[in-house]
Amino acid sequence: MRIPRLVSIIVLLLWGGIAIAQTSYGIGSTPTEEEMLTMDIDISPTGEGLPEGRGNAKEGAQLYMTKGCIVCHGVTLKEGPAPRLLKMDKGPDADPWEFGKILPIRSPYAPTVWDYINRAMPLGAEGTLTANEVYSLVAFLLYKNEVIEEDEIMNAQSLPKVKMPNRENWAPLPDYKPGMDRLEGYPY
Amino acid sequence: MALKRSDRRRFLKSSAVLAGGLAAGAARTVSAQTSDAIVYIKGTDEIVAYGKRSRFETAVRESHGRPHSPDTFGLIKHVSTPIQESVGVITPSALHYIGTTRGHYIPDIYPEAHKLMIHGMVDHPLTFSLQDLKRFPSVTRLHFIECAANRPSVEAKSIQESHGMTSCAEWTGVLLSTLLKEAGVKGGASWVIAEGNEEVKGTSSIPMEKAMEDCLVCYGMNGEAVRPEQGYPVRLLVPGFEGIFNVKWLRRIEAVDKYYMTYNDYGHLRQSETDAALGYLVGPKSVITYPCSNMTLPDKGHYEISGLAWSGNGAITRVEVSTDGGRRWQDAEFRGTPQRMAHTRFAIPWRWDGSESMLMSRCTDELGKVQPSRAQVAKFFGVPLDPSYRVPGRDNSIQTWRVASDGSVHNAYS
Ligand code: HEC
Repeated sequence: MRIPRLVSIIVLLLWGGIAIAQTSYGIGSTPTEEEMLTMDIDISPTGEGLPEGRGNAKEGAQLYMTKGCIVCHGVTLKEGPAPRLLKMDKGPDADPWEFGKILPIRSPYAPTVWDYINRAMPLGAEGTLTANEVYSLVAFLLYKNEVIEEDEIMNAQSLPKVKMPNRENWAPLPDYKPGMDRLEGYPY
Repeated sequence: MALKRSDRRRFLKSSAVLAGGLAAGAARTVSAQTSDAIVYIKGTDEIVAYGKRSRFETAVRESHGRPHSPDTFGLIKHVSTPIQESVGVITPSALHYIGTTRGHYIPDIYPEAHKLMIHGMVDHPLTFSLQDLKRFPSVTRLHFIECAANRPSVEAKSIQESHGMTSCAEWTGVLLSTLLKEAGVKGGASWVIAEGNEEVKGTSSIPMEKAMEDCLVCYGMNGEAVRPEQGYPVRLLVPGFEGIFNVKWLRRIEAVDKYYMTYNDYGHLRQSETDAALGYLVGPKSVITYPCSNMTLPDKGHYEISGLAWSGNGAITRVEVSTDGGRRWQDAEFRGTPQRMAHTRFAIPWRWDGSESMLMSRCTDELGKVQPSRAQVAKFFGVPLDPSYRVPGRDNSIQTWRVASDGSVHNAYS
């Protein structure tokens, strides 16, 4: 009987040790569901996190004016003073990378455009657009860049399916491993 | 910057006049003051409370590239550090470079209201106040941060333009791995996304391997709180990775199962795999900061060539210096002990004989990677070297300074 008891004490001790390692410091508080919902604004490239709502380019064209986008990004989406939102004119055979570093054309995923406008625009009143408004504005910018048609409805289902011209046209980052070569076989 | 003696006199004289005119209340001016006279400044509550550098020290940050920082909206984008004036390895907090994918305002965050939330694929989502973070075991490390825009170029008018988008500070905080373990990362979580609290809520995807390896959630910088432009009250440090990963004003970390392609990630998206791979971490890199372009050696004779070396791969193990354009190389000495992913100061004595000289440095890091010349990189990829050749990814190529026979120092990019 003695040995098993000793074993069980050791097991208990070990268990306690592990328990300390697992519950560890006990610092911090648990966020409420509501806190998590308001903070968690990111949208995955495949559309996880996109809310209910809908919009099209016609509605977006109106909002582009009424929400003041036009003041900073210009009537033609080209003249600024804020960054250009319309692809460069490079002809039909151009590699999409030649259209410039312009989000609604270069981005491989349309939800990234949604995410950015939702979190960052209009500058000075970020976070004030409703989901419908963001869907409409994204539709407007995608339409202007000849990615979708004017009457296409953008919502949580259709937006991730938009075929952006760079969808397959970008280089993924290498799998990071500590101590890896930056580029296989590269001596520098 | 080396000023010639006569310039220096003139400068001192005009500053003395300035002091007499502007600071009459605070400074005791001597009548018929000569250029060598010292003005004694009476103590003020301000001086007692928080010090300032000498008014004769004029090194400042400057806007880097386009658009100008601040831009018409008051957004700050890229700002470089006056690396030509650097001594030792620490960049003063007030001079640390600033960079973002997009311009940003500087959030004025009330520290007691600031929260960092860890959630997503974790067992227990957690929120930490600044006080909470300070209760965890702390870590203090020297680390550089460097922007992808930091590259030698033929147009660069100064070392500040070509090399001023790197800085090194002593960072204090808690390991991100400590916080992630506290929350309990679930199997299948392969990335974290880190989000800042500026108006655009800048967000970057970071591989879980890196998050668990050595990332730091920092509240301290060079012995005091992190500066507002650097992410007050809490910023992330992702040692060795491109600058944009080092999210400032950190408010949220989410464990996720895929690369999220956030706006920041989109910002450094590349079309070629070589560019993408070499854009991640910076390789071994060094530059001579004294002497460097726009300086003038006042005379022949003894100098200490000195510079900075760093690598995203870890610690610097060797720095060599050449004064004849790379024909002969000599080992430089370290000033201090090289730290991992940190600026390392090197130095070597040099007697200038007054003839044209080509100064170069190259370093080796703990992985045995060696800083290349542009020609070596071009050769590796089998492309011709011409002035427009762009080193793929992070440009860690060797910078050459040409010392002309009149002592003036020039950018000798080739
Ligand atoms: C007060 C000026 C201002 C207003 C109003 C404004 N923007 Fe912007 N916008 C900017 C600036 C400046 C940037 C660049 C971001 C930066 O530097 O932080 C930008 C960036 C963008 C981008 C990203 C461009 C790219 O290629 O990376 C998009 C998309 C955008 N704005 C859409 C909008 C929309 C839609 C609206 C209206 C709801 C809007 N903006 C209103 C100033 C403005």
